[in-house]
Amino acid sequence: MQIYLPIAEVSVNAFLLFGLGGLVGILSGMFGVGGGFLMTPLLFFIGIPPAVAVATEANQIVASSFSGVLAHLRRKTVDLKMGVVLLIGGLAGAALGVLVFNYLKSLGQVDLLVRLCYVVFLGVIGGMMFLESLRAIRQTRSGGPARRRRRHTWVHGLPFKMRFRTSGLYISVIPPVLVGVAVGILAAIMGVGGGFIMVPAMIYILGMPTKVVVGTSLFQIIFVTAFTTLLHATTNYTVDVALAVLLLVGGVIGAQIGTQIGTRMKAEQLRILLAVMVLAVCGKLAADLLIKPAEVYSIGEAGGH
Amino acid sequence: MRLWLGLLLCLCALPLRAEEVVLGLSRDRVAITATFEGSEILVFGAVKREAPIPQEPLDVIVAIAGPSKPAVVRRKERRFGIWMNTEAVEVDAAPSFYAVATSGPLDKVLSEVEDLRHQITLERAIRSVGAPMTIKDARRFTQALIRIRKKQGAYQTLEGGVALDEQTLFRTAIDLPANLTEGQYDTRIFLTREGRVVSNFETTIDVRKVGLERWLFTLSRQQPLLYGLMSLAIAIAAGWGASAAFQLLRRA
Repeated sequence: MQIYLPIAEVSVNAFLLFGLGGLVGILSGMFGVGGGFLMTPLLFFIGIPPAVAVATEANQIVASSFSGVLAHLRRKTVDLKMGVVLLIGGLAGAALGVLVFNYLKSLGQVDLLVRLCYVVFLGVIGGMMFLESLRAIRQTRSGGPARRRRRHTWVHGLPFKMRFRTSGLYISVIPPVLVGVAVGILAAIMGVGGGFIMVPAMIYILGMPTKVVVGTSLFQIIFVTAFTTLLHATTNYTVDVALAVLLLVGGVIGAQIGTQIGTRMKAEQLRILLAVMVLAVCGKLAADLLIKPAEVYSIGEAGGH
Repeated sequence: MRLWLGLLLCLCALPLRAEEVVLGLSRDRVAITATFEGSEILVFGAVKREAPIPQEPLDVIVAIAGPSKPAVVRRKERRFGIWMNTEAVEVDAAPSFYAVATSGPLDKVLSEVEDLRHQITLERAIRSVGAPMTIKDARRFTQALIRIRKKQGAYQTLEGGVALDEQTLFRTAIDLPANLTEGQYDTRIFLTREGRVVSNFETTIDVRKVGLERWLFTLSRQQPLLYGLMSLAIAIAAGWGASAAFQLLRRA
């Protein structure tokens, strides 16, 4: 069944969109990532104009994260206080990120920079998570005591300390705010929710328990992507509500299934799976940059990037 | 003497000009609805003439052009081991859709001079003057534009696509792809004899979004904040609704 999208001005198969939404929704529920880092390139691939894909994806992430966060709230695995702190940083970062994005756009080559950003971040994070999870699994297999993650680092020596009861942390608010800002900037530049960067940052920098990390990152993502959606809708007119609805029909159902799968799996298994996924996307993007493309010419809109 | 010759030529040309196109379109309005899957337009007509049919064979060219927009064509090159955009050529006006159908091979039906005058073939329909001096092969960029859009079905050259009967009745069918842009689609019909255009006729096909598509598009342009908030509300409602439905399903 073909559907004509009013803003994107292309005609696509509705079932293809349901399927893509469902697949990415499952990942979203399992790992607490918005799935934007997978969905945005997939939308380019099926012929949605990049500007529309990025803006609409933000809108769709709001919906898929919303049903995910409800599931987590019910199980009390959301640290609301931490979420608000991250959010304050995130909104500031997103606004800053849009400025950076527009500056890069005026220089040209923004496309390449976004891709390089993807390759570097996905590669580093995926690799780190993969090695760490492998080590953790080997330790539990050998029957030795699981390594304590909450070590005393520089993070614990900073001022403005605050107690985060749900996470069981007593740390300074500076690191979470900085994490929020960094994720906000990257989210705006790369056109994603930023969960794939925030989740590892929460685990490795803030030392939050894995079970709380997923719900809390979803909580922060909802507000940051809602903010991004409104920015895109009012400045670029690139939010396609029809496309978003089609994607989220599959997405919300997928997210619920994903959350169920996520609760049944061990944290280490969950992380190693996410690491493999992140590395796979990274590899594909790197290959696109290194291998000679079939068509070296491309058509862009005049005045745009 | 020269004046006389000129007058004579004019007199000779007159009966040729007297050939006129009487055109019919299967539709002069294309409505883009939510389930729009592309459309076929039937262009048909007859040649009205008061003089006897001239000796040279008649040919018909039908050209449909969508709204033109400037575009940038970029070329990738390998730098530091990475394929990146390096050179770019701005095309001042490239139609979003272009189809040209003829009753015979293009090079026989249309002379170079007439093509230049009426801008009929794809290469002529695309206007590019802004190529930077550093790029010596600017033509390759416009050729790439045509190649990419042809692959998408947005540009079509249908040589022999026009059926012509008795030098009088002609008809052709042109496929409009599903990815249509809104606007006025200029439809031009040329009658040629030995490469010379002897008569032409112009009309437009109106391509418009209708119903829900129209409403959403207008709202997004005129009330962007309201549209953005509505998009979010729809998204959140659907997200919450599906979550609640899933809970009920599990409890049942």
